[in-house]
Amino acid sequence: MIKAPFDVATIRSQFPILQLPSELPVAFLDSASSSQKPEAVISALADYYRTTNANVHRGVYQLSEQATFEFERARGLVALLINATHHREVIFTRNTTEAINLVAHAWGGSNLRAGDVILLTQMEHHSNIVPWQLIAQRTGAVLRAIPIDSQGRLVLDDIDTLLQGVKMLAITHQSNVLGTINPIAELTRKAHAVGALILVDGAQSVPHMPVDVQALDIDFLAFSGHKMVGPTGVGVLWGRKALLDAMPPFLGGGSMIKTVTIESSTYADVPARFEAGTPMIGEAIALGAAVTYLMDIGMANIAAYEHQLSAYLIERLDEVPEVTWYGPPVGADRGAMAAFSMTGVHPHDIAQILDGEGVAVRAGHHCTQPLHVALDVPSSVRASCYLYTNTHDIDRLVRGLSKVKQLFG
Amino acid sequence: MSDMYRDLILEHHRYPHNFGTLDPHDVSQEEHNPLCGDRIRLDLRIVDNKITEVAFSGKGCAVSQAAASMLTDELIGMDLDQVRQYGKAELLDLIGLPLDKNPVRLKCALLSLKALKVGVYRYLGQNITTDELD
Repeated sequence: MIKAPFDVATIRSQFPILQLPSELPVAFLDSASSSQKPEAVISALADYYRTTNANVHRGVYQLSEQATFEFERARGLVALLINATHHREVIFTRNTTEAINLVAHAWGGSNLRAGDVILLTQMEHHSNIVPWQLIAQRTGAVLRAIPIDSQGRLVLDDIDTLLQGVKMLAITHQSNVLGTINPIAELTRKAHAVGALILVDGAQSVPHMPVDVQALDIDFLAFSGHKMVGPTGVGVLWGRKALLDAMPPFLGGGSMIKTVTIESSTYADVPARFEAGTPMIGEAIALGAAVTYLMDIGMANIAAYEHQLSAYLIERLDEVPEVTWYGPPVGADRGAMAAFSMTGVHPHDIAQILDGEGVAVRAGHHCTQPLHVALDVPSSVRASCYLYTNTHDIDRLVRGLSKVKQLFG
Repeated sequence: MSDMYRDLILEHHRYPHNFGTLDPHDVSQEEHNPLCGDRIRLDLRIVDNKITEVAFSGKGCAVSQAAASMLTDELIGMDLDQVRQYGKAELLDLIGLPLDKNPVRLKCALLSLKALKVGVYRYLGQNITTDELD
């Protein structure tokens, strides 16, 4: 019934954690939180420490040259993945959160004035809300949010009004709760028409579908390595070169300078200007391996497979009458995840019972408190898929939900 | 981990003891867990340093609600010195759940204890140390 453009069994065999000997192998349905890692990524990380370990951009000796080469090659691979015009537009950060903070502070701190509007949406992750609040408090800028409808889509009827006075539209590409995929290209056109910039939170989109920064015509893109089969501790900020060139530093320290006197400094060109201190060298190199791994399979193939998983997940959840799931109906604008509630049972209890059945899901507000207020539920359970998820994982979820009904029925 | 949902827990979850609010009250303390949105309000009437009446209300998972229900049964007749002595070990004993390796659910179980401690210390005009809540 589901025919993947690649062999899912082979994919699964490449993920050591899915091969652990256990009476109760894990049905891992929490990839939206952090994905599992294939052997290729794990060995790239270990190999760096075994064979290449040295600081980058400093030594003239061979090891350092090699580390620098590998580190910069990873930058190039990331640029290729998102179709950046130049690898210098790719800045390594710790994660999506740090990437957004970088833009909020470096761009916002020097461009926002009292009364300027930062436009968000009701479905943003806290990481695309709080950094803007911090910079708004410092500059006197104000926050506004695009509302969502009952199907978890943005309400764009009043978008022209909402865009008045906006200097920055900061928006998620795919909701980490609803799975909604937002019409970024259309919103970019509208934002640019009023002279606003657009920052896209790609944490949930870059791992799962082709994302082309030139085709979307966006200004900034933030995403995390650990959600795209890469290691923790490395994320990416992509920005248009002209915008990055004009931005002051975010963090100060080594690597980001040209000259330093006790009184003042001049700053390095991008990307070094935004990479103060020794970077996450091994992690960046392993992220390069993750990008290679994903591109070998093909982002379009991954998206096509996940689209089928998305339909299967919703179809199976619909068989449980006590379940209410959120977000748009199955279609091109829904990713392979579902946040849901179950009548009379708290999400924590659901997740705990599922854990007893070997099914790993997340329960809570998933760092989206304003969204949960809009949905009028304190929290939800979320099952999320990735390229290694199979229909059996989803079947086990639904069987686990019967167990929940049994206990709480 | 269905052990966590023994009959006793499910029974207290379905039919909580001392559920409601007290008006007037000597102590009313609300605590919530920002991670999951669980909320417990604990109301006490205190006569001569002794808890004479108790009620709790709130929303949350079976563990947080059942723990609160069981704790309120314990509190009636307890004096405030005993409340100060009463801690995490006693509560875990009471509810009989093995949560030592489950820090996330431990917070659910301890929510009502936190409301009790914060509320009683406030009533006594004393500051609570964070140690006491860990």
